Amino acid sequence: MSVDSKTVRKIASLARIAASDAEVEAMVPELNNIIGWIEQLGEVDTSSVAPMTAVIPNVLRLRDDVVSDGGMREAVLANAPAAEHGFFGVPKVIE
Amino acid sequence: MSNLTDLGVAAIRDGFRAGDFSAREVADAFNANVVAAKELNAFIVETPDHAIAAAETADRDRSEGNLKPLSGVPIGMKDLFCTKGVQTTAASHILEGFVPQYESTVSSKLWAAGAGMLGKLNMDQFAMGSSNETSYFGNVISPWRRSDGSNAALAPGGSSGGSSSAIAARLCPAATGTDTGGSIRQPAAFVGISGIKPTYGRCSRWGVVAFASSLDQAGPMARDVRDCAIMLENMAGFDPKDSTSLEIPVPNWEAALSGDLRGKRIGIPKEYRVDNMPSEIDALWEQGIAWMKDAGAEIVEISLPHTKYALPAYYIIAPAEASSNLARYDGVRYGLRDLPDGAGLQDMYAATRAAGFGPEVKRRIMIGTYVLSAGFYDAYFTQASKVRTLIAQDFDRAWEKCDLLLTPTAPSAAFALGEKSADPLAMYLNDVFTVPSSLAGLPAMSVPAGLDGQGLPLGLQIIGKALDEQSVLNAGLAIEERAEFVGRERAQKWW
Repeated sequence: MSVDSKTVRKIASLARIAASDAEVEAMVPELNNIIGWIEQLGEVDTSSVAPMTAVIPNVLRLRDDVVSDGGMREAVLANAPAAEHGFFGVPKVIE
Repeated sequence: MSNLTDLGVAAIRDGFRAGDFSAREVADAFNANVVAAKELNAFIVETPDHAIAAAETADRDRSEGNLKPLSGVPIGMKDLFCTKGVQTTAASHILEGFVPQYESTVSSKLWAAGAGMLGKLNMDQFAMGSSNETSYFGNVISPWRRSDGSNAALAPGGSSGGSSSAIAARLCPAATGTDTGGSIRQPAAFVGISGIKPTYGRCSRWGVVAFASSLDQAGPMARDVRDCAIMLENMAGFDPKDSTSLEIPVPNWEAALSGDLRGKRIGIPKEYRVDNMPSEIDALWEQGIAWMKDAGAEIVEISLPHTKYALPAYYIIAPAEASSNLARYDGVRYGLRDLPDGAGLQDMYAATRAAGFGPEVKRRIMIGTYVLSAGFYDAYFTQASKVRTLIAQDFDRAWEKCDLLLTPTAPSAAFALGEKSADPLAMYLNDVFTVPSSLAGLPAMSVPAGLDGQGLPLGLQIIGKALDEQSVLNAGLAIEERAEFVGRERAQKWW
């Protein structure tokens, strides 16, 4: 499978990364080079293999369903580029 | 007191306890070295006050007979660990100016053990790189130089390149690193120091900027094996805040250190004899085998048949996880925001991420987004996850015949900055020996073993069974005792 500039533009859009035409064109051969290389995995017979889900056998723990943290609005907002009135500020969204 | 910075972790700890010097003297000496080594660009932020405050506490604790495991020892902290009140960027522009309101579990354990922080260490951006050339804050330079007099600036390895460079240059006696596909072991090998990636789940990932969560694991880097053991004891341990943290006790690795390998079987994986490997690497490997025998171990040839598929599987799984993890950088909650005139929310996301991520990070997010996208998920991501199972099974079969594996750490000595940065694929191939054990979650360490023809350090890697860090450290010690590298790893000072 090889990617063209249309596909690269689509991936960039899905990844929410703005890319100029020149950047897209530069990425096409780079991504094709990498994707062409990872495609060798297709030659491995995995028909009777389960995908790895955990490298070290471990049981996910449960804890009591109680509030264990909170009350730190100032800390949560401390690094926000635009915090106002105790909220994160974003550009106007109209849908 | 001029040689305090020549001391490692154990020597500082023990000398401080014995009253040979104060913690403040140690902190001052390392702070001075940090200031004098700007050319190496090993630190993004220097924190001399943190180191001094910890030292003054240690001096007071000593007078009150209240010593902690790392009292008096200042260390470097990779900039992937969130440190409360101290900028944490993962060497990215998108997190420039981010000041965590909390402390990572690993760093808080180290501070609780009495250690102080000399600064935040430079690295490859979001830990993506093998040469420390992807940092937004500039390349880190290795203190080593080739013996041919060319003075080419050499890569300190990556992604923990600030950590490796700083330790080799005596800017800190030890540092934290993180390893996703070799980011502790390869830089350690490049500068002639030791570093261990413990079993996945030993060290909490809480508060560590995420790259690929199923692979990321913190570990120590230091001048020798004992110092790594001491550091790891104070970094590892169960943490309820990390769902993959292992709820098991932390062994006393230092106390059980022994270079006596009688009764141990060391496997030599034949698939690691890759094409075009420099003869020096091959010779070093043979030397390592001889040292293992000398230490009493039995050598067995083993096979890891899926080795050649480890790198391509890694370069699907790691970018896939990265594309998901790095979705959080959106210009809303923290970090950079780029809001072009009249832009809406979606435009803001795209502009922020375009401005905030470097080329290698974008490349990996793009690859990850592609392999996870509709129609391709099974062919790439599911297939890679299945191959990962096969790679882990290869190791399980090997453990029926041996207790440890011995391999080279990297396929070459340190390369010059710029030598591989134009070809992402050539850079990826540098991780050929370190990635398989990462995919299987196994403990693995690099120890310095010799010099190449250019006078540059080469490392040997030991891979162990899950949770058997002790055997890995012990085999590392056996190499260290025979390689006699400690004490001459210091590069000629030119900075």
